[in-house]
Amino acid sequence: MHLVLRVVAADPQRLASVLLRPRTLELLATTVGVTVATSAGALVLGVGTAWLLTCVALPGATFWRIVACLPLAVPSFVAAFGWMGVFPGLSGAGPLVAVLVLSTSPYVTVPAMAAFARADRAVTDAAVSLGTPLLRAFCTTTLPQVMPAALAGTLLVALYALSDFGAPALLRVDTLTTGIYAQFTGGFDRSLSAVMALVLALLAVGCLCVEGALRRRSSAQSDARAVPGAARRLGRGGAAGATLLLAAFGAAAVVVPPTALIARLPGVQRYVAEPLDLAIAAATTLAFGLVAAGIAVTAALPVAWFAARHRSRFATMIEAVTYVGHAVPGLVVALALVSLTLAVAPGAYQGPLALIAAYVVLFLPKAVGSARAAFAGVARGLEEAAGSLGDAPARVWRRIALPMATPGILAGGVLVLAAVMKELPATLLLRPIGVDTLATELWRATSVGAYGAAALPALLLISVGLIPALAVARGIRSIGKDPR
Amino acid sequence: MTLDLHDVSGGYGDAAVVRGVDLRVDRGEIVSVLGPSGSGKTTLLRMIAGLHPLASGHVMSGGRDLTHVPAHRRRIGLVAQEGALFPGLSVAANIAYGLRGVRARRAAEHPTVRHLLALVHLDELAHRMPHELSGGQRQRVAVARALAPEPTVVLLDEPFNALDAALRGGVRGGVLALLREAGVAALLITHDRAEAFASGDRVAVFVDGRVAQVDTPAAIYRAPATAEVAGLSGDVVPLPAALGGGAGVGVRPEQLVLAATGGVRARVRSVLDEGARAVIAVAFVDGSTAALEVSGHEAHPVVGQDVGVAVRGAVVPSPARGL
Repeated sequence: MHLVLRVVAADPQRLASVLLRPRTLELLATTVGVTVATSAGALVLGVGTAWLLTCVALPGATFWRIVACLPLAVPSFVAAFGWMGVFPGLSGAGPLVAVLVLSTSPYVTVPAMAAFARADRAVTDAAVSLGTPLLRAFCTTTLPQVMPAALAGTLLVALYALSDFGAPALLRVDTLTTGIYAQFTGGFDRSLSAVMALVLALLAVGCLCVEGALRRRSSAQSDARAVPGAARRLGRGGAAGATLLLAAFGAAAVVVPPTALIARLPGVQRYVAEPLDLAIAAATTLAFGLVAAGIAVTAALPVAWFAARHRSRFATMIEAVTYVGHAVPGLVVALALVSLTLAVAPGAYQGPLALIAAYVVLFLPKAVGSARAAFAGVARGLEEAAGSLGDAPARVWRRIALPMATPGILAGGVLVLAAVMKELPATLLLRPIGVDTLATELWRATSVGAYGAAALPALLLISVGLIPALAVARGIRSIGKDPR
Repeated sequence: MTLDLHDVSGGYGDAAVVRGVDLRVDRGEIVSVLGPSGSGKTTLLRMIAGLHPLASGHVMSGGRDLTHVPAHRRRIGLVAQEGALFPGLSVAANIAYGLRGVRARRAAEHPTVRHLLALVHLDELAHRMPHELSGGQRQRVAVARALAPEPTVVLLDEPFNALDAALRGGVRGGVLALLREAGVAALLITHDRAEAFASGDRVAVFVDGRVAQVDTPAAIYRAPATAEVAGLSGDVVPLPAALGGGAGVGVRPEQLVLAATGGVRARVRSVLDEGARAVIAVAFVDGSTAALEVSGHEAHPVVGQDVGVAVRGAVVPSPARGL
C-alpha cells in the first residue's frame, strides 16, 4: 500500500488532474452507485432471508439455512457468466447489481440470523403487551437488535462490490476496478491506474473502519442474557409462499449459473479433446494455493497468538496491519506488488513469487482470524497448569497451545487455499506468462464467450468454494435450536 | 518444605486486592484460606504460583525467595477448580506431563505415574481420556498430576467446588490424605466454610485482602477475632439483652440452651418442629426475644410454657446492630 502512495508521490502535480479527470469521476460515480445499490439490495434480501430462517417455523429450515450460505461458493463472475448463458447479451449496471446482490447476500444473512437468534424477544413481548401493534413492535424493538450485525455484514458486501472485477468486466460496466485493469494492461500510463487504485483503496478502508465500529457495537450488545423467541407459525399458504421465495433465491443464486454452463457443455470440443490443459491448470492452482496457504498460516501463527493472548496496543496494531488484505481489493494489492517488484527486484516481475506474495497479503486475514480464534479457545488455565508443572512459556506453547489450536489453524489454511483458487484479478495481473489457474482458464473462456468451455473450470471453482460455504453453514446450523 | 508469605501485596493497576498478607504453611500441613468471593483470595493464590505480579512483599519456600522466580521454576503445584486436565492427553499422559523425558504413549509404564495412579485409585483408568472421567476422577487426576514433579508446595483453588455434594466428602478425604502423605505444604482456597474447616489443619480467614485470623478450625469457630470472622465462620445471632447482650455481642445459635434449673426465665412463643430439631422462639420478661434449637430427641416445650434459658460458652463478636 505504501507503494501506491509512493507511485502517487512520484508525480504529485498530475494527481489532481488525474483525479478530477471526467473519466475517473465517471468511474468513481459508477462504482459508488453499484456499491450502494448492491449493499442496499443485499441488506434487504439478507435481513428478510434471515428473518424467514430464524423467526418463522418453516418445513426444512435446516436445508434452507445451508442453501442461504451456498452463494458463497459461487464467485460472482461465474454467476454473471452463467446468467449471460441464459440471456445472451446481458449487460449493464442493473444485471450487475442483481448478480452481486445474489452472490453477496450471505454476508448479511449469516450475521443477521445469529443476531435474530439472540435478539431478546422479551422486549418485543413487552411492547406488544403495552399495546403496540406487532409490526411496529418488531420494527422498534427486534430490528434495532439485529441492525448492527446486519449493517456490519452489509459493509462486507460493499467491500466485495467495490473490489469485484470479474462480474463488472463481463457485464461491461466500467467501474474503478475495470478501469484500473484497462489502464494497466493498456500500458499507457501506469500512474493513472495507481491513482485510481488509491481511490479504490481509500473507499475500501473507509468501509472497513465503519464495519469494525459496527461489529464492536453488535458484540457489545450480545452480552446480555436474552429470552429467545419461539418461531412464528405462518398459515399453510404463508409457509408455501416463504418456501417458494427461498427456492427462487436458491435457484437464482446457486442453481442457474452452473446449470446454464453445463447445458452448453455438449456443444464444445475443447476440453473433451484436451483435458490435459484443464488438469494442468487445476494442478497449478492447487500448487499456488498450497504454497500460499502454507506461508499465510506460518506467518499468521505469531500474530494470531499475540492477538489472542496479549491485548496490548502493539498486538492490536500488528493485527490491524495484517487486515490490510481484508480491506484492499486484489487488484490494488497486485498493482502495488507490480511496482514493488519492478522497483526492487525486476527479475521477480511476473514470476511465481510476486503472485504468491499477493495471495499471502490478500488472504492472510483469513489465516489470522481462524488461528486467533483457535488460540483464544485454548483455556488459559491449561497453560497455567502446564507452567506450574515446570514448562517454560515456549514449551507450554509447543506442548499445549499449538496442538490444541491445530485444527483451527489448519481450517484457516483451507480457507486461504479456497480463496486463492478462486482469486481472479491479482492472478490476471501477476501470473507468470503461460501459466493458467482455474480462474484464468475460466476468464479466458468467458472473454471469447465460450460458455461450454467455462463449465468445467466453473464447476471446479464452485466445488472449491463449497468448502468455506459449508463451513459457514455448519457454523449456523445450530442457530435457534440451542436455547442457550 | 514450607511456604512463607511476607507482607504480600498486589492487585490490578492501582487497586490493591491483596494487602500485606503474612502466612506460613509448614511441611505436611494443609491451610485453608476461607474468604467471600471478591476478597482477593484467588489473586493471592495466583501471586504465590507466579501467575500474578506482587506489588510488594516476598514469597518464600523452604527459605528460598521465589518472588522473582518465573512460575515454571517455582516447583509449586496447582490444582484448578475443575482440574484443567489437558484434553488431548490420557490420564497417564496428564500425570506424566511434568516428568521430563516421558513419552505420552508410554506414560502408563512410568513408575512414578503408576505409583500416583495407585495412590488416587485410578489404576484402571490410565488410558482413559479426560472427557471420559467423572468430576471426582478428574480432580484426583489433577492432584496426581500436580504431585508428579514432586513440588514443595501445592495450591488448590476451590478444588471440590464442582463436585456433587454426595461425592465431595469422599474425594476430599482421599485428596487430603494424599497431600499429607506427599509431605507438601498445601494451601486450599475456598469460600465454603464447611470445606475450609473440614480440609484445613488451620484456617486463614481472608477479609478484604487481609488475613483477619489464622487458627485451628475449632479456635476460629469458638473465638473469632472480629465480627467478620465470626460471620464467615458460622451463624451469629445477637445475644438478647436479658442474657447480658448489647451492641456487638453475639452467640452461635446452638450456644443458647434450655436450662432445667436456673437460667433466665422466658416464655415460649412458638415451636417450629423440623424433625431433626425444633426451633423454639422465646420472649423474655424485658420483651427481648431469642430463638433456640432443641434436638429432635429431646422433649420439646409447648407454647406458653415458662422455661429457663442459659448461654453455653463464650460470646462472639457480632456486627453492631441497632436493636
